[in-house]
Amino acid sequence: MKIKDYIFTSIIFFIFIILFLRLWQLQIMNTEKYQKLSEQNRIRIIKTPAPRGIIYDRNGIPLVENIISFGLSISPEYIDKVDISMLSKILNIQIEELQKKTSKKPESIYMPIRIKDDLTFKEIAMLEVRRSELPGLIIEPEIKRHYPFGAATAHLLGYLGKITEEQIKNNPEYQNLPSYFMVGQTGLEKLFDNRLRGIQGEKIIEVDALGRELRLIKETHPVKGEDIYLTIDALLQEAAYKAFGGSSSTANARHFEGFAGAFVALKPDTGEILALLSSPSFDPNIFIEGVSADYWKELITNPQNPLLDRTIQGLYAPGSTFKIIPAIAGLEEGIVSPDKILVNCTGGISFSQWTFGCWQKEGHGPVNLRRALVESCDVYFYELGKILGIKKIYKYATLLGLGNSTGFSDDEKPGLVPDEEWKKNVKKTSWFLGDTFNTAIGQGFLKVTPLQMANVMAEVVNGGIKTSVHIIRNMETRKENLNLNRENLEIIKDALSAVVNEPNGTAAGARSYLIKFGGKTGTVQVVSKKFKGKSSYKNIEHHAWFVGFAPVDNPEMAFSLIVEHGGSGGGVAAPLAKNILEGYIIKKRQLNVKN
Amino acid sequence: MLKIDRRMLEHFDWITFCIVLFICIIGILTIYSATRPPLDEGESPPFYIKQLIWLLIAIMTLVIFVTFDYVKIKEYWLILYIIGISLLIIVLFMGKTAMGAKRWINLGFFSFQPSEIFKIIFIISVSAFLENKESPLSAKDTLKTLIIFGIIPFLLIMKQPDLGTAILILTITIIMIIYKGLTIRLLILFLSLFITSIVFLWEILWAGLKEYQKNRLIAFIDPSIDPSGIGYNIMQSVITVGSGGLFGKGFLEGTQGPLKFLPERHTDFIFPIFSEEWGFIGCLILLALYFTVFIRCFQTSVIAKNSFGKLLAIGFTSIFVLYFFINIGMTLGIMPVVGIPLPFMSYGGTTLLANFTGIALVINVRMRRFELFYP
Repeated sequence: MKIKDYIFTSIIFFIFIILFLRLWQLQIMNTEKYQKLSEQNRIRIIKTPAPRGIIYDRNGIPLVENIISFGLSISPEYIDKVDISMLSKILNIQIEELQKKTSKKPESIYMPIRIKDDLTFKEIAMLEVRRSELPGLIIEPEIKRHYPFGAATAHLLGYLGKITEEQIKNNPEYQNLPSYFMVGQTGLEKLFDNRLRGIQGEKIIEVDALGRELRLIKETHPVKGEDIYLTIDALLQEAAYKAFGGSSSTANARHFEGFAGAFVALKPDTGEILALLSSPSFDPNIFIEGVSADYWKELITNPQNPLLDRTIQGLYAPGSTFKIIPAIAGLEEGIVSPDKILVNCTGGISFSQWTFGCWQKEGHGPVNLRRALVESCDVYFYELGKILGIKKIYKYATLLGLGNSTGFSDDEKPGLVPDEEWKKNVKKTSWFLGDTFNTAIGQGFLKVTPLQMANVMAEVVNGGIKTSVHIIRNMETRKENLNLNRENLEIIKDALSAVVNEPNGTAAGARSYLIKFGGKTGTVQVVSKKFKGKSSYKNIEHHAWFVGFAPVDNPEMAFSLIVEHGGSGGGVAAPLAKNILEGYIIKKRQLNVKN
Repeated sequence: MLKIDRRMLEHFDWITFCIVLFICIIGILTIYSATRPPLDEGESPPFYIKQLIWLLIAIMTLVIFVTFDYVKIKEYWLILYIIGISLLIIVLFMGKTAMGAKRWINLGFFSFQPSEIFKIIFIISVSAFLENKESPLSAKDTLKTLIIFGIIPFLLIMKQPDLGTAILILTITIIMIIYKGLTIRLLILFLSLFITSIVFLWEILWAGLKEYQKNRLIAFIDPSIDPSGIGYNIMQSVITVGSGGLFGKGFLEGTQGPLKFLPERHTDFIFPIFSEEWGFIGCLILLALYFTVFIRCFQTSVIAKNSFGKLLAIGFTSIFVLYFFINIGMTLGIMPVVGIPLPFMSYGGTTLLANFTGIALVINVRMRRFELFYP
């Protein structure tokens, strides 16, 4: 052999060494990496959503259901081939809009792009007929959340939304969920999300390079979420919603109709929540389809603040409804007896340079406790407050649960019962007698939620038992005796019944012949409240309260009601309460007749 | 008609023949696996059946090409070469366009690639042309060979366009010139000329390349630029090879080919399909088989009885080795993607026939290495 032969042989040899080394590098050193990539090519994991649990009211009426809807999607590789003008005609969507939808970059080259949600049956039929002319279109069935009571239960049930980054960070259970997953964002949907959610199923599928599914390798079925039974009475809830002026038609409910305010009803002996309504409300179904930017903007900029859950987050001065508390305190402390004339109301009292007026400018004359409650005499409570002192008022107010959340929800606001210490720490001034006067008639620094006031009412009519406020049925009620004298509470109850049922009562105009109910009115002065920069006459009207119970004998329900800027408690809030109660009873009777 | 000397049968290179046949059978099995039903929409008849028929035809061709003394074809080299060049010209005008290139001539009942036939003719012609030239070659002869056998076919094949084959033809011309013998001075002169011309002509060359050719080069330099676009083939090929591991996924267990993640899986990218299923061990055995064939072909050039035989053998050896290296190198991501098949394994009738003709001629040279005193 010559030198060139050796060189030639070496070149061949060298080539084989190169290939050998490269094969070693790929197949021996990086096997795992490439095997993983190869698996990623052919294996697609598809999550199958688990149906969320259903939420029922106390009578088994579903408050939220899962309904099947059909969405239209297109495989990305068919986008250029599909007849857009035909599609535009069938779906009644502008061609430009369709093009905008299909030109969006898909999450993956295999992920179908959604064109339209909630197809009608007519659309489905038209698409099916033209299937051969419209390749690549996929009609996908989906489970959707539907709230049959719409806006009436919006704050109570809350709504679903795509999982947020914060939620993923804070809740380890959310960490394995895909980013498009819908979880409860507010209300009970949020509170019970873990129970309602269920477990996603999984389909492991082999696909080819075009994304076509070839075979199912493994499938685990989804597990439906747990159903939840509430103590809510859907009929009462709806009656309240209608009484507040909410519209039963979905289209109108999207425009936040009705008074601003709240209605809360409890079962006095168990603490079960029967109704929890915040008004104005919004349509929770709209969140399922994805809120449009316009509607969202409307929601968050509307001066009535429809997103606020007034039942647990609305803080108001309780006004005259608070008088129940000094009344109890006076009786318990032995300061007053039912018939003892405490003051002679002349329409106001003077205290140093200040004058504290009674709402009845002509004065009530000689007033005992019963009359003071029935006619809501302010002067009586100034005097009673002065004798009790802020410490005792504070003691009884907090004993009955004001100034603290009821423990029903984490989103609850605790409110405020002021005392000397609080004023010194926060307001940096000392406590004046005038502050006691204001507090005694439910004005000043006091802040309560409608739920707290309903709870106070429940404690009055159930014989002084503090119950755990709850919304889940069959939950054991924790009861704590507040050690109040039952006779004293009966006195209060009797007076509150007279508020509605005696001609001199502040709510006499709201007396009902369908149901005998009692309660206390309240009118909260709103002093030059600035409302988002512009003040109108409507907005500086007083807040109207009514806190009551029904029926008077063996109360089945304790409730509170507030209408923001509604006017007087007796003129607005009490009649509204009557409407709710009557509407509820009539509806219930109708149902009984039907059954 | 076919009278075969018994001595010839004894000297027939059974080892090379059997190994080549074995590689072909591996190829057919791999083609079957790559395009196996039901995942592949029925190509009828299936590729592996077609390839099997081609193999039978190729074996017959081989038998024909070993029966006569190879020295005889030397006389016809000029006619053959004119036919070869004509085919290359014809294909430019009448060729069937497939994937943007005119590489095929359609004869109605079958179509073939002239450049494959040209390869054979080309090596015969260069060998015949160089045989009686003095060694080392004069500058004039070198230039003549380079222009007639290198530059002219290079330009014609470039025009199809088939960059890979064009460069290969040019490279083999140079290898054969060097093998025939060059003075050191000429070698250095030509090499420096070659390098400077590349440097100066690079801009023109680059501009002359088709878009997809540029993309292939870019993809070769950095496949991650766009894995689903230009670099997709390389990435998928490397994944396919790498996922085979030490022992492979097993015959018919590969996923990359049948699920179509790997393009051109029965032609240019047949090797990854094989390595996915047979693993590193399988690849080593396959490499060893090829290595044996190449070394035996090369040996033939050393022991051939005359310069024509030597040149023939070295020409075919070079073409096999280069095709082999470029194809496998490409599938392993160490060579740019050029449409070059793997000898004896890739699907394709013309290529198989051409390669068998080549191997037949090399075996022919080896068989007749002792006939020194025969005419």
